[in-house]
Amino acid sequence: MLKNYIKIAWKVLLRRKFFTFISLFGISFTLLVLMVASSLFDHTFGPQMPERETDKLLFVNIMREQRDGGFSSSGPPSYRFLDQHVRTMQTPEMVSINSMFFQVNSYINNRKLALDIKYTDRAFWDILEFNFLEGNGFSEQDVRGANRVAVINENTRKQYFGTDKAVGQHIVVDQVRYKVVGVVEDVPALRLHSYADVWVPITMKSQEFSRPGLRGTYFATIKARSAADVPKIKEEYAGIMQEVERQQTEKGTTLSSHPDTFLESIARTFLSNGKDSGIGILYVIMTVLALLFMLLPTINLVNINISRIMERSSEIGVRKAFGATSSTIIGQFIIENIFLTLLGGLLGFVLSAGVLWLINDSGVIVYANLGLNIRVFAFGLLLCLVFGLISGVYPAYKMSRLNAVEALKGGSK
Amino acid sequence: MITLKNIEKVYQTKTIETVALHNVNLHIPKGEFVSVMGPSGCGKSTLLNIMGLLDEPTNGIVEIDGNPISRYRDKELAHIRNQKIGFVFQSYHLINDLSVLDNVELPLLYRSGTSAAETRRLALTALEKVGLSARTKHYPTQLSGGQRQRVAIARALIGQPEIILADEPTGNLDSVMGEEIMNILLDLNRQDGTTIVMVTHDENMAQKTERLIRFFDGQQVSDAKTNAYDYQKV
Repeated sequence: MLKNYIKIAWKVLLRRKFFTFISLFGISFTLLVLMVASSLFDHTFGPQMPERETDKLLFVNIMREQRDGGFSSSGPPSYRFLDQHVRTMQTPEMVSINSMFFQVNSYINNRKLALDIKYTDRAFWDILEFNFLEGNGFSEQDVRGANRVAVINENTRKQYFGTDKAVGQHIVVDQVRYKVVGVVEDVPALRLHSYADVWVPITMKSQEFSRPGLRGTYFATIKARSAADVPKIKEEYAGIMQEVERQQTEKGTTLSSHPDTFLESIARTFLSNGKDSGIGILYVIMTVLALLFMLLPTINLVNINISRIMERSSEIGVRKAFGATSSTIIGQFIIENIFLTLLGGLLGFVLSAGVLWLINDSGVIVYANLGLNIRVFAFGLLLCLVFGLISGVYPAYKMSRLNAVEALKGGSK
Repeated sequence: MITLKNIEKVYQTKTIETVALHNVNLHIPKGEFVSVMGPSGCGKSTLLNIMGLLDEPTNGIVEIDGNPISRYRDKELAHIRNQKIGFVFQSYHLINDLSVLDNVELPLLYRSGTSAAETRRLALTALEKVGLSARTKHYPTQLSGGQRQRVAIARALIGQPEIILADEPTGNLDSVMGEEIMNILLDLNRQDGTTIVMVTHDENMAQKTERLIRFFDGQQVSDAKTNAYDYQKV
């Protein structure tokens, strides 16, 4: 039966080429936009190098201080706060303290090269899973001794050394000479907590370690033993924050800081209302936006489907005369429509692959490596099915209600 | 086989009420070949649609094999149509996007328990019966009117229905083609014992059947065995 439906769906598509073009264009363009968006989303928040175990990773990147007068300020926490209160947490498996990235200059043969540098500890290399092309991350000894060693990314290696090996060679960044100990694959700039061109020991900034205050320029990257431990870590952290708040000398100061996944931290920045990160609202907003975006092409497809199916009222009459029930007819048209949307989806995949390649190639997003992985593919497939169902159900239902005699009268000869 | 009791069919619009059938009482026994004649608009096709469970009477009872059909749901009606009834239409109503073979297989798609191979075999047998074995891969638009009607007959008989309802099956055909189609229907009735009810405008065709019912303004005005009927039923 399915073969029969697919056969006829294919013939119908070929019969009205212009309608088919409009339908397929609408579907594939809609899916293209949604798939590029989902690829970007996955690229930024999904489990990708070097943050592969996203379900176990939490980041502390904001400390908000609110005073009684209503004055509030926020920014990354200080090293001292993270070192005293976060590094000493009991529940996590590992905690790394690392700086934000800073843009610094380097010169190669009198050519200026703008590089992003990040100061990290040893745990940073243990928690995150970088793809090392050469060497390794710097050691605990390197960090303790504030050794002038650096891990660089592939692009920096190319700029400095062309196709030569980099480990063992030296680079001068921000007027400091570092020995290269490792080279990693480029990390996309959207991975704010891991990204840099050059990573050097955090002890190079030791003069900042004892600086008082809660806010500074540092992040904490926390790895849980298991995903189930994440709520416990949050609980422990909340307890720490209560204690820190209590110790504040300036009375009436309210502190707000949370260990969040990257997505939670984005939601908290824009949508939070207190303790809740607002991630639920963020998901609702994203779903509504996706549905709204799909609404117009869906209405368009519904209309095209109705006129397509109207042409086939004779066929509906014949099928009913020979034993098809209304639900069988609905099933047939939904299958046909899903076939059409899957075709559109396939086209959308090809187009998305092209657009993603263009985005990667253009350098709009530094070191972007957007792709159609299995998660994006599954999401696209789901979108196709949802799209096919919602645009097929109404016309199919409408047509299945046709009285067989009327359907036969209305049919072509 | 089919019994109609006090059948009335009224088409109602906002402004007008049209009585298509009035007080129709009929019994068609198993294996009979009946023709129905009458001027256009006298209710012949409505009668056939009601017999074929494609349309509901406004009043009255339809019985198939002694079972009253009223209050049957869509699924049950579809099941009876699929199992017991085959339709042949004046304008063939073949699906132009499907090949001859796929068109003929259509009724069996809605019958569970028939394998694809068995369906194919039955379709080929049905096409052989109507003399179209050589056209299985053609599409309806590649066939003549007579050939299309033969495909439609093959489609009607693939499920081996007990009843075939034919609405002016020769109406769109020239006399030679019409004769061919009529012979196929006569063979079906004689050899397989299929009950056939045929609406026709053609007196000659009607006289070849076993019984002729005449309609006028929605009422049956005569119902008699035909004179020319000289069947030798097997």
